[in-house]
Amino acid sequence: MGYTLDFSVVWDHMPALLWGCLGTLGLALAGMSLALVIGIFGVFARGSHIAWLRRLVIAFIEITRNTPFLVQIFFLYFALPSLGLKLNPTVTAIIALGINGGAYSIEIIRGGVQSIHKGQVEAGLALGLHKGEVFRLIVLKPALRAIYPSLTGQFIMLTLTSSICTSIAAYELTSVAQRIDSDTFRSFEVYFTVTLMYLAISWMLMSAFALISRQYFNYPTR
Amino acid sequence: MTNDSTSSVATEQPLILMEAVEKWYGDFQALKSVNLSVRKGEKIVLCGPSGSGKSTLIRCINHLEAYQKGRIVVDGVSVTDNHKAIDIVRQEVGMVFQSFNLFPHMTVLQNCMLAPIRVRGTSKSEAEATARRYLDRVHIGNQADKYPAQLSGGQQQRVAIARALCMQPKVMLFDEPTSALDPEMVKEVLDTMIGLAQDGMTMICVTHEMGFARQVADRVIFMADGQILEEAHPEIFFKSPQHPRAKQFLGEILAHH
Ligand SMILES: Nc1ncnc2c1ncn2[C@@H]1O[C@H](COP(=O)(O)OP(=O)(O)OP(=O)(O)O)[C@@H](O)[C@H]1O
Ligand SMILES: [Mg+2]
Repeated sequence: MGYTLDFSVVWDHMPALLWGCLGTLGLALAGMSLALVIGIFGVFARGSHIAWLRRLVIAFIEITRNTPFLVQIFFLYFALPSLGLKLNPTVTAIIALGINGGAYSIEIIRGGVQSIHKGQVEAGLALGLHKGEVFRLIVLKPALRAIYPSLTGQFIMLTLTSSICTSIAAYELTSVAQRIDSDTFRSFEVYFTVTLMYLAISWMLMSAFALISRQYFNYPTR
Repeated sequence: MTNDSTSSVATEQPLILMEAVEKWYGDFQALKSVNLSVRKGEKIVLCGPSGSGKSTLIRCINHLEAYQKGRIVVDGVSVTDNHKAIDIVRQEVGMVFQSFNLFPHMTVLQNCMLAPIRVRGTSKSEAEATARRYLDRVHIGNQADKYPAQLSGGQQQRVAIARALCMQPKVMLFDEPTSALDPEMVKEVLDTMIGLAQDGMTMICVTHEMGFARQVADRVIFMADGQILEEAHPEIFFKSPQHPRAKQFLGEILAHH
């Protein structure tokens, strides 16, 4: 083999790579937050008695889940400016990740809501709470607990998907890696390192999710 | 204990009034021209075979189910599709379910404080004081900080009763509150209900506990196929039921006990 490994290149660019990790983490956390908000409101709207709202949510889910993420992000970044809406790459990336993750989250969280015994809702209503309060105060937490593993799995997916945001030159790990690679031609070393970094980010997030779960879902079930 | 309402009964409007109420689930008629009038302080036991419409009847009272014809008035408020009316009525009507339906992510105390704070706007400290008072009353005050999953069925049902009482309702509806319980826990829940009855609460209880009916009911109402077929004092109803369906029903109930 004529290729000799030289990780000094990676070492020289370590600060940039670590900043890239932070960029990825930032995009991911912002994207997750948006996805969670979209997911929760989406589920509530999906169960609304207002027909057009319900249909709007279904259409949103169908369109988002049946088109490529790359096209979605290009649409936001390149097509929307024609309509006069120009967003910077980072904001576009967050919105794209939030929308995409949100569409999947709606379906996941909805599964959790459906797993809640309807007696819970009735008990809340019988006590005089309104539908929104029943959802927010009674249904939501046990529902999220029921689907927490799928939801956090989806959020890990979202984190990895953020690498596609390199296509609009958003600031994140993969775009940093691409730049270093094209400057140094040390593809193996760079992408090997980046692979490990993504793995580390995923593990960190999973530990954080586990911690949150222990704090937030601290009530016993039988 | 008290029954001072009897003195003024002649002029008093009923607390619950159902007039010619009809209810359909799609094509299926679950209630057929139901008439019922319940005075303040009265205890009603509602019984009848499975599917006769007992749950449907009491769930119409607090509008967990909508009805299509007739009229239901609770404490002077017409129960219609109007949100305001439904809000008012639900504040005045407490309900206890067969499956307890405690909120699993809240402690016993939080379960009891939620609605008074959110719905009545009670202060936190007052809601807590009220909750503790009612929890003591159902003999479960020492479990206030536990979660529902840590309690037995009988304890959970007593918490559910306390939770409903914390809203200080004028009426309590019970839908087979002891049917999901292990036999050894039935008594503690029935005793709680008897205590409540003795304190003068207006109650409608769907139950097949005939001992309970004998002890507290002012009237037993028998339903079958969505209709009220018989209405009588428990002694009379159990000794000499009139309607053939009631006779058959009582025969089956007694055979099981
Ligand atoms: N949501 C519903 N949709 C369609 N039919 C229903 C619904 N709820 C109840 N029914 C029907 O209405 C009838 C009355 O039901 P209901 O639950 O009031 O009976 P019940 O007297 O309480 O019976 P049980 O003793 O089994 O609780 C039954 O035939 C039932 O199948
Ligand atoms: Mg029933």
